Amino acid sequence: MSDTTDTGPVLAADGTPLKRSLSRALRRQKMRALMLIAPLLLFVLLTFIVPIGQMLFRSVENDIVSRTLPNTVIALQDWDADSGQIPDEAIFTALAIDMQAAAEAKIHTRVGSRLNYEKPGISSLFRKAGRKAKKWDLENDGPYQEKFIKIAKGWGDPEVWRTIQTYSSKYTAGYFLNAADLQNGTEGPEWRPENEQIYITLFKRTLFMSMMITVSCIILAYPVAWILANLPSRSANLLMILVLLPFWTSLLVRTSAWKVMLQQQGVINDTLVWLGLVADDARLVMINNQFGTIVAMTHILLPFMILPMYSVMQTIQPTYLRAAKSLGATNWTAFWRVYFPQSIPGIGAGSILVFILAIGYYITPELVGGTKGVFISNRIAFHISSSLNWGLAAALGSILLVVVLILYWAYDKIVGIDNVKLG
Amino acid sequence: MSQSSSNDAFVEFERVQKSYDGENLVVKDLNLVMPKGEFLTMLGPSGSGKTTCLMMLAGFETATHGDIRLGGTSINNIPPHKRGIGMVFQNYALFPHMTIAENLSFPLEVRKMGKSEREEKVKRALDMVEMGAFGGRRPAQLSGGQQQRIALARALVFEPELVLMDEPLGALDKQLREKMQFEITHLAHRLGITVVYVTHDQTEALTMSDRVAVFDDGRIQQLAPPDKLYEEPENSFVAQFIGENNTLEGTVKEINNGIALVQLDDGELIDCKPINVSKPGERTRVSIRPERVEYNKDRMPEGAHTLKAEVLEFIYMGDIFRTRLRVAGNDEFVIKTRNAPDQVRLQPGTQIEIGWLSEDCRALDA
Repeated sequence: MSDTTDTGPVLAADGTPLKRSLSRALRRQKMRALMLIAPLLLFVLLTFIVPIGQMLFRSVENDIVSRTLPNTVIALQDWDADSGQIPDEAIFTALAIDMQAAAEAKIHTRVGSRLNYEKPGISSLFRKAGRKAKKWDLENDGPYQEKFIKIAKGWGDPEVWRTIQTYSSKYTAGYFLNAADLQNGTEGPEWRPENEQIYITLFKRTLFMSMMITVSCIILAYPVAWILANLPSRSANLLMILVLLPFWTSLLVRTSAWKVMLQQQGVINDTLVWLGLVADDARLVMINNQFGTIVAMTHILLPFMILPMYSVMQTIQPTYLRAAKSLGATNWTAFWRVYFPQSIPGIGAGSILVFILAIGYYITPELVGGTKGVFISNRIAFHISSSLNWGLAAALGSILLVVVLILYWAYDKIVGIDNVKLG
Repeated sequence: MSQSSSNDAFVEFERVQKSYDGENLVVKDLNLVMPKGEFLTMLGPSGSGKTTCLMMLAGFETATHGDIRLGGTSINNIPPHKRGIGMVFQNYALFPHMTIAENLSFPLEVRKMGKSEREEKVKRALDMVEMGAFGGRRPAQLSGGQQQRIALARALVFEPELVLMDEPLGALDKQLREKMQFEITHLAHRLGITVVYVTHDQTEALTMSDRVAVFDDGRIQQLAPPDKLYEEPENSFVAQFIGENNTLEGTVKEINNGIALVQLDDGELIDCKPINVSKPGERTRVSIRPERVEYNKDRMPEGAHTLKAEVLEFIYMGDIFRTRLRVAGNDEFVIKTRNAPDQVRLQPGTQIEIGWLSEDCRALDA
């Protein structure tokens, strides 16, 4: 050791720096480790990371306008939207060329519906113009300005042209603005009209309800996990099977069962009416609202809270409680000061698991949520499969992802992520 | 100290029984009286009921039958946290989420003690176990021996009169264990506390205790000071359990004037001190301590009984020599001799004569 006290790296026996010969020695091990994880890595990369990346990219991608209307986009570059003037003949000529090409390829309606997301009404302008443009002789049929305005008055509205100009670049923040209830106004982003704002409310509701579900799961799961951890292993195993039993039933079946239980002519309401606690004409509304969603989702996510809690509680030795009592603590003090703090990592792990599962839950709110109990994920699903506005769906999904990451980061700051144990 | 009357009884077990399953008794008829300030060790193999007794005293188990009294009052129905008994656990049970100082402060906080008083007591307790500088650390940052000291300090910080220790040194290495044995004994005597100590390590029991209660099969087999326990075991379990012991099996021929004539199984007749044999014809185990056996003719005590023996093995152990012999058909007969300049080192295969005094040779139950 004495010869390494002077400056310079430590050398191995053959004179190479020790660091280098160590890393060479470990290279084989690293290669083997990499080979072992390679199949999973490839699988995850191909089926998860790449599609998600593509999906997220859709939230900013916007080449449909510049691809379908290439000449118009170039011609519009110098047009000043704030002048209040409609574009000149040159621009309309470019549009006529583009429109004819697009109509022949039958893609003019796609641009129309894309721009319709940003300014309602544009879709029909494109449909009408496309129909006529197919028959034009481009060389001789000008001037096109009048022709377009004759087809539909909307072509004479500078706002329509502003929209085309705004969305002519290859990338756009439009989907994100839309997802945050904003729109591109004359002076940058502005709030959408009051009656069109839905997404902020939905995000808030999703977060609030996920928190409610997490809290109810904590309250319900803690005593169960405690009993599981303190029973002799035979009875604990039996009870554990009961906890896991819901996993053996289809999610749909469980959710539908809640419908049966909670609906106005359902088991609970019937029982309450029969007991005389509730009047027959004042049956409780417990389904197709937030209450129903919280109840059903708490039930479905409960095992994800019980399991981490249980595995953490199992590691808390009963001697801690005994020690606390021998030191003079009452049962409650011993629990609260000694047992509970040691079980927090289990609560943390369970909460993260349940919260993140809840925030992206789709099927249960769809079935029992009604209109007041749906989550943001239901809206995402709607845009993916019904309205086909994939860009907006991708933007909503990205925002959801970022929110989760922020919450995760905040959790790490407040509780500490190493304070989370799954066992 | 062993002749305690119930007047100065501090801890009392009276006809205590304990069963977990309603079929087997783990503790069978336990009677024990401890005066204040005594250091009593419950020693026994695992499953002998010693830990159960300790847990009943601490209040974590309830006696199935009988009465446990502390300072004259029955504590059967007092919950553990009101008994005011300090306890050191086998795995220390230091609260991992609290610092050392918070651990020590815990019993004072639950007693609603003021902050300044608490801090002073914690400091004094830490100094007592020479851990004054460690108050801000967490238990996981301490070594086993340090955790042990903290556990001890925590059990003492609220000044209980009775402290229970459940194999507290079990997890430490030999050297540290020996050091802690002395520290715990000194501390207990200095503070004048009463200690009930549970262990399965007989050396620990002998070196630390005022009295040792040897447990087996749910009963106290013998309750005596260490020297008496070692030198005068009352039955063959105690003789076997405490220290090293040679046994020779045989039958009692006659008992006269406090001397029993025993015929060993190979026909040899020897004189023994009868302990728990009563009549001729009874089977007996004769017990002789290895260090009471002499083979050097010059040192053979007056009136010693001699037997022929063959040396099987000689082991040099530094301070002593340990020699294994075949005596009266027993291949495991061991003698220990001090390493002295004039001591003969026996060679395996040689035939020798060994001898002992008849009072060192105790005839016990078979």
